[in-house]
Amino acid sequence: MMIDRRLVQYFDWWMLCLTAAITTIGLINLYSATNAGADMHSSLFTKQLIWYAGGTVIMVAAFLVDFKVYERWGHLIYVICLALLVAVLLVGKFVAGSKRWLVLGPVSIQPSEMVKIAVIIMLSKYYARVVRTEGIGFRELITPGLITAIPFLLIVRQPDLGTAMQVLLIASAITMYIKIERRTLIALVITAASVVPMMWLFFLKGYQKERIMTFLDPGRDPLGAGYHIIQSKIAIGSGMLTGKGYLQGTQNALDFLPEQHTDFIFSVLAEEWGLVGGLMMLLVFLLLIVWGLQIAQRSRDPFGTILAVGVTAMFAWQVFINVGMVMGLMPVVGVTLPFISYGGSSVLTTMAGVGLLLNVSMRRFKFEK
Amino acid sequence: MPNYFENVDSEWFSQRLTRVLIVVLLAFAALTARLIYLQVIAGKDFRKQSQINSIRLQDVDAPRGLILDRNMNALVDNRPSFDLYITLKDAKPLEQTLQKLAALLQEPPDPMAARINNSKKRGIYAPILIKPDISRDSLAAVEVHRFALPGVEVHVTPRRHYIYENHAAHLLGYMGEINTAELQSKTYEDCKSGDVIGKFGTEKAFESALRGKRGGRQVQVNAAGQVERVLSVVDARRGHDLVLTLDHPLQKKTEEMLAGHAGAAVALEPDTGRVLALVSSPAFDPNQFVSGISHDNWNALINNPFRPLENKAVQAEYPPASTYKIVTAIAGLEEKVIDAKTTYYCPGYYTFAKRSYRCWKRGGHGEVDVVKALSQSCDVYFYKVGESLGVDRLAKYAHALGLGSPTQIGLDRESRGLIPTAAWKLKRYGVPWQKGETLSIAIGQGFDLVTPLQMAVLMAAIGNGGTRYKPYLVEKALDNDGNTTFQAYPEAVATLELQPETAALVKKGLWDVVNYPRGTAYQARSTEIFYSGKTGTAQVVGRGDDNAPNKLAPKDHAWFVAYAPSENPKIAIAIIVEHGEHGSSAAAPIAGEMIKTYLGLETLVPSAPDAAIKADNSGGAVTPSRTAGESQ
Repeated sequence: MMIDRRLVQYFDWWMLCLTAAITTIGLINLYSATNAGADMHSSLFTKQLIWYAGGTVIMVAAFLVDFKVYERWGHLIYVICLALLVAVLLVGKFVAGSKRWLVLGPVSIQPSEMVKIAVIIMLSKYYARVVRTEGIGFRELITPGLITAIPFLLIVRQPDLGTAMQVLLIASAITMYIKIERRTLIALVITAASVVPMMWLFFLKGYQKERIMTFLDPGRDPLGAGYHIIQSKIAIGSGMLTGKGYLQGTQNALDFLPEQHTDFIFSVLAEEWGLVGGLMMLLVFLLLIVWGLQIAQRSRDPFGTILAVGVTAMFAWQVFINVGMVMGLMPVVGVTLPFISYGGSSVLTTMAGVGLLLNVSMRRFKFEK
Repeated sequence: MPNYFENVDSEWFSQRLTRVLIVVLLAFAALTARLIYLQVIAGKDFRKQSQINSIRLQDVDAPRGLILDRNMNALVDNRPSFDLYITLKDAKPLEQTLQKLAALLQEPPDPMAARINNSKKRGIYAPILIKPDISRDSLAAVEVHRFALPGVEVHVTPRRHYIYENHAAHLLGYMGEINTAELQSKTYEDCKSGDVIGKFGTEKAFESALRGKRGGRQVQVNAAGQVERVLSVVDARRGHDLVLTLDHPLQKKTEEMLAGHAGAAVALEPDTGRVLALVSSPAFDPNQFVSGISHDNWNALINNPFRPLENKAVQAEYPPASTYKIVTAIAGLEEKVIDAKTTYYCPGYYTFAKRSYRCWKRGGHGEVDVVKALSQSCDVYFYKVGESLGVDRLAKYAHALGLGSPTQIGLDRESRGLIPTAAWKLKRYGVPWQKGETLSIAIGQGFDLVTPLQMAVLMAAIGNGGTRYKPYLVEKALDNDGNTTFQAYPEAVATLELQPETAALVKKGLWDVVNYPRGTAYQARSTEIFYSGKTGTAQVVGRGDDNAPNKLAPKDHAWFVAYAPSENPKIAIAIIVEHGEHGSSAAAPIAGEMIKTYLGLETLVPSAPDAAIKADNSGGAVTPSRTAGESQ
């Protein structure tokens, strides 16, 4: 395949710079989260660097191949990911009561993370074909419903409610973006309103209910489930305007923050850098999301547009849920903050997403009139 | 591809995207608002909370002061105690950890589980004491298996240690956890719940000096409550050391001599009132109380018929029996009821108001003067003296010698004893005093009750010529730099102005008790030193008059009071052996050993004091038989 000169000319350097900036912030913060106050030097920071090296390869691979190829082979990607999910349930590694990990030689991966990308591709492929100005009807929702429900249920079985919810939310965002007929939308809302209480009664596990209850009232159990939210709020709030200084966060260094290198990473940043750092972080994420939507807008291909919206929705949901959760706006669910949290699968998925955005962005010329 | 654009075009997509953008902006506005609320509006509160989270004030317990004897031998010190704590957050799974721990300690896990249940309210981050004061072996076992015991830690704290088991238990006292009432009292203002304080004896009486001042540390802890950094320290100040008046070798010897008996012995320094020994038998081990006494051990102490927890030297009241004849003799001489030449004939009984009052010696003592009456403990002589004196004049001298009121030694629950008067009896029983009762009390029976300590004080006063000192146990207190912060001084409570003849006659009588062959304690004399004393046998049943002792009844209590040497005495002693039967055989030998131990003068050849020259007032220096040396 000959490299089209325009591919270089249209390359989205802004996107790349933004990614590099967020990644750098993430690494600086991760160093504090894993090393401040610790007696021994933690190897997690080094591991994260290696994951980013791998993530860069994935990113490059993701933008080198024309996204139309992904559209064509979307089924395959999707089926492979589902197979991995089934494999997790069969031979996955048990960690803290749930099976989420697949051990492949020296590395453990979380297939549920990759499934997010697969679902985005599949939905984009389907919706690009059925999209119409008045919105899609009930019949066009059956296929996307299945595309979403199968991985959703497989992930719930692990159980990993956080990731399952993400799949559902990303799918919903894409669908809402595509527009649903008014009648169908009303019917869906009514159905959801009746299904949610059923879920509460029959579906959610005790600890999941407890998390939601605790979210509604963290004081319920200040040393148990509510402890995480309270300590996280203390960490963020105590950062005040300018923060306690890099590596100086006491909530972080003294282990009052739970999971401070994964789910509660934003609390570390807000504690040490204060409102100034926290707002900077949010601003950079906003830029990323706006830029993702910009890429969607500039794409002249429906698949490309929906794909970019999907990937952006993935980032946006993670930012909303994660930051909302650590600030006590949402229940505690295991959702990582893209680019910032420690975790191989999270990094790889995030970088794959970035690659897809770059892909759509750099090939926008192909469909221009 | 073109057919896709039949339905939608990029313009339509742009419109949809604008809506998405609005949603995104709203969401970010919400996040930003929340961030501003947390960090700016509530920021100060959260900053404070983050400090409260990690900065703790920890107590540093002050080691208690030592307790030393008069020669600076330590009797009580502090030893490191290894206490096992568990932190619930880390001890997962708890059941398994407890099982393992129980196996290592070779104990059932239930008491530990119970302690955890009682402390659950303190949360999962606070270490809970599950087993105080584990043995060195257990400590080694726990340390070796520490990785199999998550959340289990060992804290080292100073713990009270009574160096000699069962030694001086009643006067040293014991420790116990502070109770609610004590927490509210002013005396324990600087104490906290869970503190261990002196509950009995000197530990209690000198609690504030011994306790010292608690220090503190400001530390930064991590979420597991482990100390990461010490921010500042206020040192604990060790409690003051107490130097007792006690003589450790004498105390020890006395305890050995009383071992196996219920009873008490007190030794005082006659010129000062210093307590040289104070023994109550049987004793207990104060170490048992330090970590909280076990239910079984407590029941064993409570149900022991020999009342080990009672300090018999100050709490128990006994009829003084014949030792009281000293008081009767002094009263008679001072009130001129008798003098040196007064003699009575003792046929072995005395008839008063148609009742017969027996002398302990059935055959009688024959002609008896006051010296012989004392040395051979003639009851008939003192019946007559008592009859002439009357109850109230007798009581006056008893009170003057310290009987009937507490000595104020400062130990717990000191009894006052009882010296009856006519008014007292009328008030107490609504019945007038009977003259016959005076006969009983004149020989120390009837209503008379004294404590061994009171008798020791009395002997000290007689030995030193009439000055009654308040007995005291603590000589001085020393702070950590060795400065004296408290110094006791001899305190003369009363001086009995005895006529020289009275003093000489009574002293002669007491000298004869031990050194004259017909004296009731002649068997217990020392070949190395002259000392003086008086035997007594307190009836356990048939109090009030001298009914024949019931054969099924317990044996009588044996008394012996003494001072040594006879001239310028250095030690005054009172001993009671419960159910020891005869003062001469059960109690007097103990005094002999005590005197030998304390004076350490075994090489001295006895020399007769002036009084001894005119000792013989009844002829023949017959060596009396063993059984003759007995008094009622």
